[in-house]
This record gives sequence, C-alpha cells and structure tokens, in this order.
Amino acid sequence: MNDIIIYSVISLSLIGIIAAIILHLVAQKFKVIEDPRIDEVEEILPAANCGGCGFPGCRNFSEALVKSAHDKKTIEGLNCPVGGNDVMAIAAELLGLAAEEKEPLIAVIRCSGSHANAPKKVHYDGPATCAFAHNLSSGESGCPYGCLGCGDCVAACDFDAIYMDKTTGLPVVKDNCVACGACVIACPRDIIELRNRGKKDRKIFVSCINEEKGGVARKNCRVACIGCSKCFNVCSFDAITMNNNLAYIDYEKCKLCRKCVVECPTHAIHELNFPARKEKKVEVEKTVESKKVADNAAEIKK
Amino acid sequence: MLKTFKIGGVHPEENKFSADQPAEVLDFSKQVIIPLSQSLGAPSKAIVEKGDLIKVGQLIAKGESFISSNIHSSVSGKVLKVDQVLDQSGYRRPAIFINVDGDEWIEGIDRSSEIKKEITLTKEEIVKKVHELGIVGLGGATFPSHVKLMVPEGKKAEVLIINGVECEPYLTADHRLMLENGEEVLIGTSILMKGLGVNRAIIGIENNKTDAIANLAKLALNFDGIEIETLKVQYPQGGEKQLIDTVINRQVPSGKLPIEVGAVVNNVGTAFAVYEAVQKNKPLIERTVTVTGKGVSKPGNYKVRIGTSINTLIEKVGGLPENTGKIVSGGPMMGKALNSIDVPVVKGTSGVLLFEEEEARRIEPTNCIRCGKCITVCPMGLEPVLIAQYAESEMWEEVEAERAMDCIECGSCQYTCPAARPLLDYIRLGKFKVGQIIRIRSKK
Amino acid sequence: MNLLTVSGSPHVHGDNSTKKIMYGVAFAMIPTLLVSVYFFGLDAIRVTLLSVFACMLFEWIIQKYLIKGPVTITDGSAIISGILLAFNVPSNIPTWIIIIGAFVTIGIAKMSFGGLGKNPFNPALVGRVFLLISFPVQMTSWPKPSALFNSLADAVTGPTPLGHLKEELKVGRTVQDILENGTSWTVDGINYIYKIPDYMDQLMGNLGGSLGEISALALILGGIYMLMRKIISWHIPVSFIGSVIIFTGILWVVNPDIYVNPGFHLITGGLMLGAIFMATDMVSSPMSFKGQLIFGLGCGVLTVIIRIWGAYPEGVSFAILIMNAFVPLINRSIKPKRFGEVAR
Repeated sequence: MNDIIIYSVISLSLIGIIAAIILHLVAQKFKVIEDPRIDEVEEILPAANCGGCGFPGCRNFSEALVKSAHDKKTIEGLNCPVGGNDVMAIAAELLGLAAEEKEPLIAVIRCSGSHANAPKKVHYDGPATCAFAHNLSSGESGCPYGCLGCGDCVAACDFDAIYMDKTTGLPVVKDNCVACGACVIACPRDIIELRNRGKKDRKIFVSCINEEKGGVARKNCRVACIGCSKCFNVCSFDAITMNNNLAYIDYEKCKLCRKCVVECPTHAIHELNFPARKEKKVEVEKTVESKKVADNAAEIKK
Repeated sequence: MLKTFKIGGVHPEENKFSADQPAEVLDFSKQVIIPLSQSLGAPSKAIVEKGDLIKVGQLIAKGESFISSNIHSSVSGKVLKVDQVLDQSGYRRPAIFINVDGDEWIEGIDRSSEIKKEITLTKEEIVKKVHELGIVGLGGATFPSHVKLMVPEGKKAEVLIINGVECEPYLTADHRLMLENGEEVLIGTSILMKGLGVNRAIIGIENNKTDAIANLAKLALNFDGIEIETLKVQYPQGGEKQLIDTVINRQVPSGKLPIEVGAVVNNVGTAFAVYEAVQKNKPLIERTVTVTGKGVSKPGNYKVRIGTSINTLIEKVGGLPENTGKIVSGGPMMGKALNSIDVPVVKGTSGVLLFEEEEARRIEPTNCIRCGKCITVCPMGLEPVLIAQYAESEMWEEVEAERAMDCIECGSCQYTCPAARPLLDYIRLGKFKVGQIIRIRSKK
Repeated sequence: MNLLTVSGSPHVHGDNSTKKIMYGVAFAMIPTLLVSVYFFGLDAIRVTLLSVFACMLFEWIIQKYLIKGPVTITDGSAIISGILLAFNVPSNIPTWIIIIGAFVTIGIAKMSFGGLGKNPFNPALVGRVFLLISFPVQMTSWPKPSALFNSLADAVTGPTPLGHLKEELKVGRTVQDILENGTSWTVDGINYIYKIPDYMDQLMGNLGGSLGEISALALILGGIYMLMRKIISWHIPVSFIGSVIIFTGILWVVNPDIYVNPGFHLITGGLMLGAIFMATDMVSSPMSFKGQLIFGLGCGVLTVIIRIWGAYPEGVSFAILIMNAFVPLINRSIKPKRFGEVAR
C-alpha cells in the first residue's frame, strides 16, 4: 500500500517537473517583447471593446496609440469616443504627448416618422430586423428613407444608450450615449448621425433625410423635409445646405440661433434641450404623443 | 415513374382555380405606367420626353448595357411625364407615364392572327431581333433573352429546354398559353433552336396539365427535334437548374450558368414572345397574367398590356374582396408582396394573387426543433437552418461557407418548417450581406 | 379595407407544425401504453399520468415564474417527455421518485438549456439515467407482469431477461443452459424459479421490465405509424437496430455459449423503445440523413458494448445519451450532398 503512494507521488512530481521545464523553455523561446506602455494605456481605456475608435477592441487601440506615438510622435487622428477627452489626455500623458481636445459627439435620430406623423400603410410581417425590412420594401409608412422601427440600432448599442419608444415607434437616444457609432453602422438607412453635443447639450438638426420631392415626401409623412429652402434663406451663418430636396445643418457652423426652427413649415427641424420660448409663442403643434415622448424622456433621465 | 429532380422538393397545394379559364384580352386603361427597370440588369434609359406623342410598339427606353433590355410602348398616346413610381420592388423607381389615346400601332407589326410557320431569318438576325424587340425571360426572373442566345466562346449549346412546368401553385398563364397558342409556342421553340444552333429541344410539362401535354404532343409531330416530356409534379421543378437536372440528368455546378452543361432554358411564354417578335415583328408589350385567389369570385387569365395598373386587373375579376390581406405579384412561393394596389404590370408579372386576411398573416414562429425537414426539402442540398441561424447571428463568413449564394430562394424550407421560422428571410439577408462582401473583395 | 401585409416569400405554409408532430408522437405511443396497462394494471396508469402531469407542471412553473416568457406547455413536447419518462421506469416506482425524475427531465435537461429545441440531450433519458444512478434499488426491481388489474399486493418482483442472463453468465453457465432450464434459488426456505420467457411472450410484452419497453410489437406499431406520418425517417431505427443485429450476430457466431443470439437482444430490454422513440427525438438527433445513419450506428454499437461488457445489463439509454453528445459534431462534419457537386 505504502509503495503505491510513494510511487504515485514520485511519478506525478516527475511529470510536473518535466512539464515545468518544457513550459519554461518554450516561454523563453517564444517570448514576445512588447512595449510595456501598451498595457499601461490599455489599463486606462474604458475596456468596452465597442469599436467606436475604429479598432476591434481596446487592446488594438492601445497598440495603435503606442505605435503611432513611437513612429509619428503624435496620436492625432486616434480618439476614444467613449473615454472622451479625459481618457485621451491621460493616454497622451503616458505616451509623453499632448492630446487634442475633441468636441464630444452624440448620436441623433434624423427621422420623426412616428406612428402618428407617418401612419402605417401596410403591415410588415417578418423578422424584426431593419436590414431585412429595408431589402423587402420601403417600409410600413411608405417612406423609403424613414425609420423602419425594428430596432437594429438598439440591438447594436453596447451601452444601453438607445431604446425604442413604443408609442412613436422610433428609437430615442439617451444621455449616456458615447458616440461609438455602432448604431450608425447598424442602421441600413443611415438615419443616425453623430453630431456635436453642443453647449448644454443644445442642438438643432433637420430630423429628416428624405430626398424625394416635397409633395411625395409629405404624402407619406407629415413632418418630412420638403426642401422648401426657407431655413436656408433665413440662416445667417451659412450653416444650412440644400441638396436633393433636403436641408442639412452643419453643426460646426450652426450658432444655435433657432431661427430656422421657427421657419420650417413642416416642423422637420428639431431643437433639443433649449429653454421654452416665452415672449414669442411659436405655433408648434404639440400632439398628445409628443408630450408622451417628452414624459418618457424625462422618466428615463430620472 | 415520371421524371423529377433528384434532391429535395415539396408539393404544395396546387389551387389552380383558373386552369379552365381562356385567356381574355383586357381593354387597356386610360393611363399606363411603364417602369424603366423591367429586366434583370441595368435599368433602361428613357428616350422619350414629356409631351411626346407615341404609338404602340414604339421604342421608348433603351437598354444600354449588355444585360438590359429595350422597352416599347404598349399603348398609343401622349407621354405625361417621366417620374418615380412605386413599383413591385416596394420602392419608388423611374417610370414613363403615358396617357392613352386610341390604339394606333407603328408600321411593320403584323397584327393578323394568321400563323406564320416558315422561319426566314438567319441565326444572327434572330438574335438581333430578340434583342431589339426587348424580349426577356417571362418565367419571372426576366433575364434578357438575347444574352441567353449568345453562347459564350468555348461553350457549346447541345439542347434547348423549354420550361412549361409552371410549378408555382395558383398560376395558370403558361398552361393556357400552351393550350391556346400551342403552335406559336412550337414555332417560337424552333426559332430559338435556330438562334442557338441546336437541333434538339425538350419541352418539360408537369403531369397536372394533361390537356396541354396532349395538345403540344399532337402538334409537335409536325416539328423536327421537339420532344414533349411529362414530368412529375414537384416544386421547384420550374427552377432552371432543377429542370435541367430533371430533363437531361445533368447538374449545373455551383455559381455556373446552364450553358456549362450544354443546356439553355427558356420559358414557354418567352418562346411565344420570340415567335411574335421574329415572325410578326411585334415587341414584348403584352403578356398573360393569372389573377386568382381563394376569395376571388371570377379567377381568370388575361392578356394584359405592360404598364396597366394591377388595380384594373383586380376590378376585372370582381373587385378586391373585402377581407384581402395581401396582394402578391407572381406565385405564392416566390412572388413579391405588393405595398399598394396601384402598381403597374411589368414583363415579369406572371400572376396577381389575392390572399385573404387569415392566409396573409404568417404563423407565429416557435423554437427550431432541429427536425431537419428544411435540409430534406432543399433542392440545392443546402442546410437552410444553419444559414438562417448564422445570418441571424450576423456570422457572414459562415453564411458564405455554407454556400448561401447557391440558394435559389424557392422557399421550400420555410414552407415546410414545422416551427414556421422565417428561414428564407434570414437567408436572403445573408445573401445580400455576402453579396456586398464579395463585391468589396473583388474590388480589392 | 385592412392594411395589406408585406412579407418575404413564400406566402403559403405547409400543414406541418410542431404541435402536429408532437401529438403524432404521443399518439404513436398509445399501443405501448395499452400493453403496459394490460400487464402492469393500474400502476401503469398512475405512473404515466403522474409523470406527464409533473412534467407539464414543471414546464409551466419554469416558463411562467422563472423565465417569465410565453408558456408553451400545450405544444406537446412536455407530454412526450412525460410519457417517455414513465416508459423508462418500473411500474411500482414510488410517486416521489417520479416527481424528482420529472423535475430533472424538464428543469435540468430541457429548460436550463433554453427549452424546446435547445436541449442537447434527450430530456426523458437524462431523467431516467439520473433516477437509475440515484435510486438503483427502486429503479431495478421490476414487478412481474400479470393479468389485467391484478391487485397490487400480489405483485412480485423479478429480474429482466437481460439482467438475469448477465448475472447467470457471470457464474459460468452457458447461454443455452440459462435459456432452457431457468434458475432456481432459495430464500428463507422458499423456492423461487425464474425462467426467461419464450420469444412469443417477449414479443407481446409478457416479461419483466420498464413500463414501455416490454412489448416490441406495440412499439413497432407506433414506429410504423410515425413513419407513415413522416414524423420520423427510417434512418435512425434501421441503422440502430441493424447495427445491434450485426454486432451481436458476429459475437454469437463466434461463441454461442457466452453470447446470446441477436434475436434475444432485439426484443428484450429497451432497444425497440430506444430505437423508435428515444433516438429519433428530433431535437437531440442529427439533421441530415447521413448523419442519422452514423448516429444510429453509434447507438447500436455502444448499446451492445454496454450490454455485454459493461456493468449494467441494459445500455440503450447510455448509448443514446453518449451519441447525443456527438450530434453537434456529426451535424458539423456531415454535410448533405450539394446540388451540382458532381458535375456530369
């Protein structure tokens, strides 16, 4: 009995020792010498692996940062949208460089074709993915540019920063959006755009990307941009461009004067997070539904 | 034992209500809308402008690239505008709007009903004529016919197969054509044989159209090299690759054209259109359309001018039934659900089906029980369940590795799935994405 | 007018449905159930009803309160698992053991993987094997079959033919001797005689065993029904049973003294039940025909190995469970013949 115990202990120990030697030799042979800064930089990155920087994961991004710092002595063009300026500043410090300040961005939904504004004309019956619905037809409302409401953007979001509003059938971006751009890629109709967060989160944008003629667009959706150019004419900062029956506001030029918002006949231009207008009361049609949206948004914020 | 293809297949309920309804010529409506993309390949380019006066048979849009086709006016009148219209794809695409005024035809079209049997044109002239007069495959895929007639160098066409299978349930347009215009179909077949330079043609017809088989078999005695083959009823036998497998027992390799195995397949409708083009100089401006459905009071077959609104057709069969839930252009297995009733008939429209509300809604899908029935019925020997699962999880490399691009979208898998899973929807999505990836790769 | 529906093709659906398949399988089990009621009396009904009810109850509780998703107990899959579990236990099994078995079947083998269609192993078999390992005494004391509605007090337990054969072979007797002369032994001064029933009795089900495995004839009847309804394909049963026949046949030819003939293997024990109802379970078997043939072959070979050289007299359950584990591998490596693969 004792023999068995002794033999097994000896043989197992021998196997262990031999394995350890082999492992050690192999480790020596295949050792990869890495810049220790890669680990350091990775440590401070958000570790969300969202791909917002354009790299598959945080590790790859930190490798790219270190490589760029080593080769080009700059980390220009590399940015972690999730970490923002703070993280980039620390990363730059670790690498002995200065980070450039970047305006934080946020995703914006450029469609207001809610159930009330763009009523259903047909019933879509199929898998709940926008990618397929987009291939199948122009969608339930008939607008070939509008939101399909199947929520591919919601599924793509790693940060729980976008949700589907049941009453409107449109996605809503929450405040914790980090502008990683996953939803922008997921949307088959390119409805979502990353825009400047702006002062106090204030933004003005055209909430429509329909390039059809005014009448046609309006037929499918009450709040479509009809390409009337009124906003273009009223803008004193050249921030608005007209292309293919569609207005676009350049967020870098926009001074948030809100003149265009009042001017838009279809209320396609949205303003976000501005204080209510007092002196000049604008005839913005407040449907029950839009109030609900506001309530919902308030709830989420809480 | 009747012949059929070797792998998979299903047999859906046939429901051929309109089989004994003679094809009726439909009066053209006040306005026709002729879409510019009516065939596979690049859209044609409009060569008329607003206000132009045009006649029946006049060329109004030119196919400019190799795979595209010419489009001719199906009516006479005035061009109202060239604008976007909601077509069968569910999107708004360019089309020519024509206000109809009278029925004035251009010179040179033989409108008599007399049958011209003698083929006077040479091989090259036939191909040219088919190209000029905008003949496309009328089976549904609308592949330009002249392309099929031009055999690429190094390949040799051995046999012409004429597709009279009409394996889609409900549809009877080809059936009626073979019954009523049997001789013309056979002459068209002879013309195609001459155009291809082959001396053997086989017309494959499924066993549920015995009267058409009898009619053609009798007439074919007067034609050299044309055989009539009776086939077992099995879906999707009308698929090009399946039909070749059935008739001459050869399988077209993955990603290759039928000419690879020496075969060329054309629809009976195409053969008829070729007859009219070559013998009568008449462009493709008219086709037979089946209008049917379980709730339709008078299902029927109609000879319709291209560009007529589907609404006109529906009115002809007794109006839209109250509880219509879905309108399908084409057959129930591969047809396209329409977004609107005001969609024009195009060259590829083989039927209009009206589904009742209950039939229109899909059955709620449940969990896959891995029964493997989709694998059993897939005529291409694929594994639909795997491709669909990979596509659902966005694993596009795996979708490609499972040979999703071989899928002919016949819908047998989804038809047969006990859990009613949307298999084909996901496979289509997978094919679309893989197609994009392949295109990007080939650019590099 | 209603809103038009827009969806991808196909726009028609065949008359296949999960429910139809499941209830078809349940229907195919009726002959077997009737036979077991005939031989085991009311106890068979008690066990079956209890097992089905417990399985459905567990599924309902888990779906309603744990997963909080849709409740799908009416799709028939829980009913089948319940019946199959009951088929795999002796008729005199205590109620509480059945309930534990049902919990393992539904709770562990099925729902923890995600419910219908997601389980890698056949749930009823997992439940059965769990019980066999946990309660070996109760699971292997088989009541002797007797006429209909015999009073429960008279029930006497005895061995299964397979178990008996294995025990006796161990003491060095020959197969022929055991089959012809039976065995007698004395306990507390009372003489017991056990003789393995003849083939006719075995075919009809007049032998000791679990509820559902006794009558090969009734099981085959159910199998034929399922084949006709196209619920199962012939591939698994044929390759399973065929490989058992071939394997045991070879052994029998080599040495008939210690290896019993294939016919005996065929109609005793759970082979028929396993090959017709358990191995053909859609969820846990391969999807392609080729894969199914391989699966059946593996099941057959493993069954014979366990029966002849293993510790247990019966090996069907273990064989199927082991092959279940190989199903993903089979599915991955065995591809159906693609169209156009062999050109010309």
